[in-house]
Amino acid sequence: MFSLENVKYKNILNIKKLDIPQEKITCIVGESGSGKTTLLKLLNNLISCDEGDILYKSHSIYNIDPVELRRKVIMLAQDPAIFSGTVKDNLLIGLKFAEKPLVDDEKLQEVLEQVNLRKPLANLAEQLSGGEKQRLALGRVLLMNPEVFLLDEPSSAMDEETEELVIESMVKDVRKNKKTLVMITHAKKIARKYGDYLIELKNGLVLSAKEL
Amino acid sequence: MENIIDLTLIQLISAYIFVLILFIIVKIKGIPREKEILVGSIRMTLQLVLVGYLLAYVFENSHVIYTVVIIIVMEIFAIINIFQRVKRDLSVDLKKVIALSLVTGTLIGQFYFVLVVLGLSPWYEPRYFITIAGMMIGNSMTGIALGVDRLVDGMYSKKHLLEGALMLGATPQMACKDIVNNSFDAAILPTLNSMVGMGIVFLPGMMTGQILSGISPLIAIEYQIAIMLGIVGCVSLTVFIFVQLAYKTFFNKYSQLIS
Repeated sequence: MFSLENVKYKNILNIKKLDIPQEKITCIVGESGSGKTTLLKLLNNLISCDEGDILYKSHSIYNIDPVELRRKVIMLAQDPAIFSGTVKDNLLIGLKFAEKPLVDDEKLQEVLEQVNLRKPLANLAEQLSGGEKQRLALGRVLLMNPEVFLLDEPSSAMDEETEELVIESMVKDVRKNKKTLVMITHAKKIARKYGDYLIELKNGLVLSAKEL
Repeated sequence: MENIIDLTLIQLISAYIFVLILFIIVKIKGIPREKEILVGSIRMTLQLVLVGYLLAYVFENSHVIYTVVIIIVMEIFAIINIFQRVKRDLSVDLKKVIALSLVTGTLIGQFYFVLVVLGLSPWYEPRYFITIAGMMIGNSMTGIALGVDRLVDGMYSKKHLLEGALMLGATPQMACKDIVNNSFDAAILPTLNSMVGMGIVFLPGMMTGQILSGISPLIAIEYQIAIMLGIVGCVSLTVFIFVQLAYKTFFNKYSQLIS
């Protein structure tokens, strides 16, 4: 799906060669400061590498319209953006940004169930807890139905039980719809349980990249 | 026309008592603003005396070159003033947008007003063109300065939301929509508010000046209404051009935020 060759970004990342498989669940692990978030931002073309090239389906991402790319390869930050307005507004805003058709309340409720967030659609999003905001943001990207999900520690603010439920539901969705998921996780347990492919980063270098 | 009270030098000097009182108050209270009051008063006096003589000369010797040169000087001063008033570092591209929007917006406003509203011939008649340009450029300058402040502030303070929107496939225009709208609001609100209070809360400077120099209040209000509408239109146009171009300077060709 993605292929990185001689990619350098400041002093943060230095990758000689890295492939990320299509329709698989790839987990990225590594200490903080190892370049995990930078790698996801590079794949989302939110930042550009100083050297090297990143291919998406064999095309350099720098030859693809960046907005079009991001609509196919959606990224979710660890501390996701929550926009002013209600839960419903925040679920729909992704579809609006990507200029996709909006969905009805029934579908929105379905997605909230999927991410284990039992909150009325009319509630103000700002009043949610950190973990609830993460689930709301996950619901938002699930609705957008992209080709690739780039998730940066999507469950970092959730308790273990909720984390398990939400990630399992997410993984189920990805496998069922033959999507690609690239996920940074602090929990090796999650990586081992759900990942097909594991990338370990250390000090900006790829320590290992292997199938699980 | 009624007799106009031509102020004698003594009468004019007596007006400086106001500033003197202010000067004494800040001195007694220990507010460190004596220098600003002194410099401000002297600058204002010198600038107005100079401009008075300059305008008297230009009005007497009306010529297209004089009008054009004065407009260029006013535009340049207004642009420099905006750069100085905004406390943040501005990128070269943003400075270019400020200059372009101010010049384009105010020139369109001035020519529309002079040619269509006033039907002035020749168009460069300095008595009209320069005074109207002064009001339009001055108000647009204030508008843009407020707009720049709000825009730059929004781009920095809401960086997280902007990035969040871009990650989801928003175009820079979609991502910045709220910041751009807020900036436009901040820029035109003072002009709109001054329109609401006009005639009740205060008499505008131009109208007061006309009335004091013997013009009938009925003629003065005609001009005031026309110029006020012209100012609102000109400020809105200038600020609209500014915000529509300015947000783009915060993104590169890959629609990435320039940090």
